[in-house]
Amino acid sequence: MRALTWHGKHDVRVETVDDPGIVNPRDAIIKVTSTAICGSDLHLYDHYIPTMQAGDILGHEFMGEVVEIGPKSTLKIGQRAVVPFTIACGSCYHCGKAQFSACDNGLPADNQDIAREAYGQPMSGLFGYSHMTGGYSGGQAEYVRVPFSDVGPIVIPEGIEDDKVLFLSDILPTGWMAAENCDIEPGDTVAVWGCGPVGLFAVQSAFLLGAERVIAIDHFPKRLELARRFGAETINFEESDTYEALMLMTGGIGPDAVIDAVGLEAHGLFVDNVVDQIKASTFLGTERTHAIRQAIIACRKGGRVSMPAVYGGFVDKFPLGALMEKGLTLRTGQTHVQKYLPALLAAVLEDKIDTTFLISHRLPLEDAAEGYKLFHDQQNEATKVVLKPGLSTAT
Amino acid sequence: MFQTEKSHPRDDAAVVTSKDTKGSRQLLASSVTINRPASEVYAFFRDFAQLPQFMENIERIDVLDDKRSHWVVKGPADSRYEWDSRIIDEIEGQSLTWQSEDGGDVTNSGRVAFAEAGARGTVVTATIAYEPPGGILGKLVAKLFQREPSIQTRRDLRRLKQLLETGEIATAARNPAIFAEQEG
Repeated sequence: MRALTWHGKHDVRVETVDDPGIVNPRDAIIKVTSTAICGSDLHLYDHYIPTMQAGDILGHEFMGEVVEIGPKSTLKIGQRAVVPFTIACGSCYHCGKAQFSACDNGLPADNQDIAREAYGQPMSGLFGYSHMTGGYSGGQAEYVRVPFSDVGPIVIPEGIEDDKVLFLSDILPTGWMAAENCDIEPGDTVAVWGCGPVGLFAVQSAFLLGAERVIAIDHFPKRLELARRFGAETINFEESDTYEALMLMTGGIGPDAVIDAVGLEAHGLFVDNVVDQIKASTFLGTERTHAIRQAIIACRKGGRVSMPAVYGGFVDKFPLGALMEKGLTLRTGQTHVQKYLPALLAAVLEDKIDTTFLISHRLPLEDAAEGYKLFHDQQNEATKVVLKPGLSTAT
Repeated sequence: MFQTEKSHPRDDAAVVTSKDTKGSRQLLASSVTINRPASEVYAFFRDFAQLPQFMENIERIDVLDDKRSHWVVKGPADSRYEWDSRIIDEIEGQSLTWQSEDGGDVTNSGRVAFAEAGARGTVVTATIAYEPPGGILGKLVAKLFQREPSIQTRRDLRRLKQLLETGEIATAARNPAIFAEQEG
């Protein structure tokens, strides 16, 4: 089959590799019809994520048609399904509590040691995201082997186009969980740092969960415009003083809940031996740390801090004092995708959430390397790149 | 007899977590919580012929009789270690204690305990004492090849957990051919 493979910094290629096949009883093979490049894929592209190996197939936002099933899969051949980026077993203690991204069994046993060293306990597996998260082949390919296919994938009804449901795989549930973690009460004002895909879904989700006002903060005009489309007030942090603007907008109280969605494109799991390298990069530089720091300082007393943004290693100058003195609640974590899929699919089908506004580019899988370059180099224009294995390169 | 108690206990930490590392005898312990009833986990473990399914380095276990079994284990760099093992104490559904018999390649003893943990299932704790082949050097070499027993035990217990909780052992192998290659 054809697949997008990683070979090093800014070196991804579409190559012919061995087809996937059923290995375990609960597996299914999905023929990919749509797969997106995630902001976090850019961290692989820039080679800031350790434990990558040449030839690894990338991609963790994908959907497609079921073409092969293991004896214990509950999917049926011919069904269309969206696949969560988190690989979770559904039968361990954490899955039983719907904490799917904390699944005990998603990672192969030998791959669990790195996370144990870095975090104390291993987390779930992820598709196409380094060997620290399992070394699973990803979805930017014609076919994918999907483990635990009786638990993860959600079947999509006939007649619903891919573009409408593809983001159930990651960024929509991630934005939703970010808003849910705000414990929104009627009349609340929620401030969202970062209007990337997850931030924009968090804006929509916050309103659906009852927020009276949502204030979106970014510096890309096009992204702020999208946030405004969903009813958010906006602050361009390059043009205005964010803290002072927020205080004036909230009568000096501060937002009831704050969401740091700046670094959230990264599902990255960094270990401390690469922290220096990361710090030196633009990805975990001062600006990103600045967002969570500013969010905590701006948040009202007794408010809630939701952090979908990923911090894989250690952060300097974390305002622990403000967190403690103001009695804030901090909630965070990788998304428990499987938990949210049925309700979010229903919300999408009922048009309560707009999912198609985001896509700026649709490319054939064969042009995936160009897609990475585009997404990497043009952040204002390229809001989301979707790859279509079935699309002809001529179109 | 196998010791799991400290002679002068000062705290509740397991004896294997002691920072006192004098002596050549190695002691290791690893614990895993399995979301299945203790009786089921015990019954699975008690059937020694099943153990190679999740114990990566066990080439095979021949059950000799109810108490005795012959173990063939892969060591570093294609080496093999063999011994006979005898169950010296057994509490149905709760624990198994074994001791290697004289004349084997590796002198070892150990205990696997199965403790009911309510809604969380069963806590399986394996405690193993062994004399590493070739002493300290053997241990260094083994570590290099990741055949060092403390790493191996931890990984094996994870595989046992996966097998009993999910019915399969997680692998990232994309297809059966790659899987076979990795299993080597």
